[in-house]
Amino acid sequence: MNKTVTLADAFSGVEDGATVLIAGFGDAGYPFELVDALAETTLTGLTLVSNNAGHTSSGVLRLLRERRIDRIVCSYPIRNEPTLAEALAANELQLDIVPQGTLAERLRAGGAGIPAFFTPTAAGTALGEGKEVRDFDGVACVMETALRGDIALVKATIADRGGNLHYRAASQNFNPVMAMSGRVTIAQAREVVEVGELDPSSIHTPGIFVDRIVQAGAHT
Amino acid sequence: MTSSEVRVEIARRVAAQLEPGQYVNLGIGIPTLVADVLGDDSGIVFHSENGLLGMRGLREGEVPDPELVDAGKRPVALEPGGAFFDQSLSFAMIRGGYIDVAVLGAFEVSPAGDLASWSLGEGQANGVGGAMDLAAGAKRVWVTMLHRGSTGAAKLVPACRYPVTAHGVVDLIFTELGVFAPAGDTFRVVSLAPGVTREDLGDEIDARLYTFENEESPVR
Repeated sequence: MNKTVTLADAFSGVEDGATVLIAGFGDAGYPFELVDALAETTLTGLTLVSNNAGHTSSGVLRLLRERRIDRIVCSYPIRNEPTLAEALAANELQLDIVPQGTLAERLRAGGAGIPAFFTPTAAGTALGEGKEVRDFDGVACVMETALRGDIALVKATIADRGGNLHYRAASQNFNPVMAMSGRVTIAQAREVVEVGELDPSSIHTPGIFVDRIVQAGAHT
Repeated sequence: MTSSEVRVEIARRVAAQLEPGQYVNLGIGIPTLVADVLGDDSGIVFHSENGLLGMRGLREGEVPDPELVDAGKRPVALEPGGAFFDQSLSFAMIRGGYIDVAVLGAFEVSPAGDLASWSLGEGQANGVGGAMDLAAGAKRVWVTMLHRGSTGAAKLVPACRYPVTAHGVVDLIFTELGVFAPAGDTFRVVSLAPGVTREDLGDEIDARLYTFENEESPVR
């Protein structure tokens, strides 16, 4: 099996209006090259799902400047990022704030075939407003729905050509759950090896979740 | 005391209450200082919601690793016995009740134990990060903050005016004036800082918010 594609072909078949999951936490595990390549396409009307909005990746900033993002779902926007602030001030961007753990679990649920779940997080708060609330053992919980992406952009340290992924150190963060919940998951890895070269015990994301592999990224 | 000395003093008071073997999550700001005060051999295991257990601060001369960062995206290091994991597992630890203590900053806390820490209200593109998950899920929630805001207004209030992070979750509040426990209608004064008197808690109206279990309340 060989899922490798070039960076230029990574987004073939993706349509305007797509929901794009972008993994990473700060710079760790963030698929910079894939996001830059997304900005190079003509795709527009996008919904981005990422832990941070206004992450200072040139690709996201360009998409924001060109008003190609309609909505961002995140847990923590970078408030002092002027490009994000301008898009918000112009009312040309919808910003949905989701608690970080709820965001992770909604993505996991999306990839795991679980349409919704109840969590105590955000019960009785502004972020729980309008959601179904139920009591479990005396604890108020809100219903959260699964979140899927049309595409997921993830970054592995090492990938094999079959799509098995290994993440180093704290670069795992959102990568495994986003790889699961992307309908088409595109992984970049700075090192792509032949099938059989990865120790099966070291695989964090099995290739079943991964559709395209791009060799990209500098050695860190 | 300078303001930074005051903050370290608050962190010192928190550190004195932690015990070896505990799993502890520290928020950004004064909470982060708790780890500095404790040093490396405290026996406390620090959790970071982006997917680390056994985190410690960088030592002088250690090279920052862009894939090894804490929840504030600062470079950190891992203690022997530490582990890396993904977002879903990290928040399973939080909501699952495996975190013994979460130490968080706050804008306001009420005697009911309501915590307001994530938003200053409408019109602000506020991030929530993992605060709501930690507040709802940690076994104990301790708050560190200056007793009054920059305008002089008390942050221990009858009812939170800012949007809440979670209801009824705060167990202890550490300020430069002492340690306080939300007790329903009032804050129980656990201890006052050296040299602090009842009068320092505020005028008569403010003072009604506090109860002294014992007039000889231990002074720490």
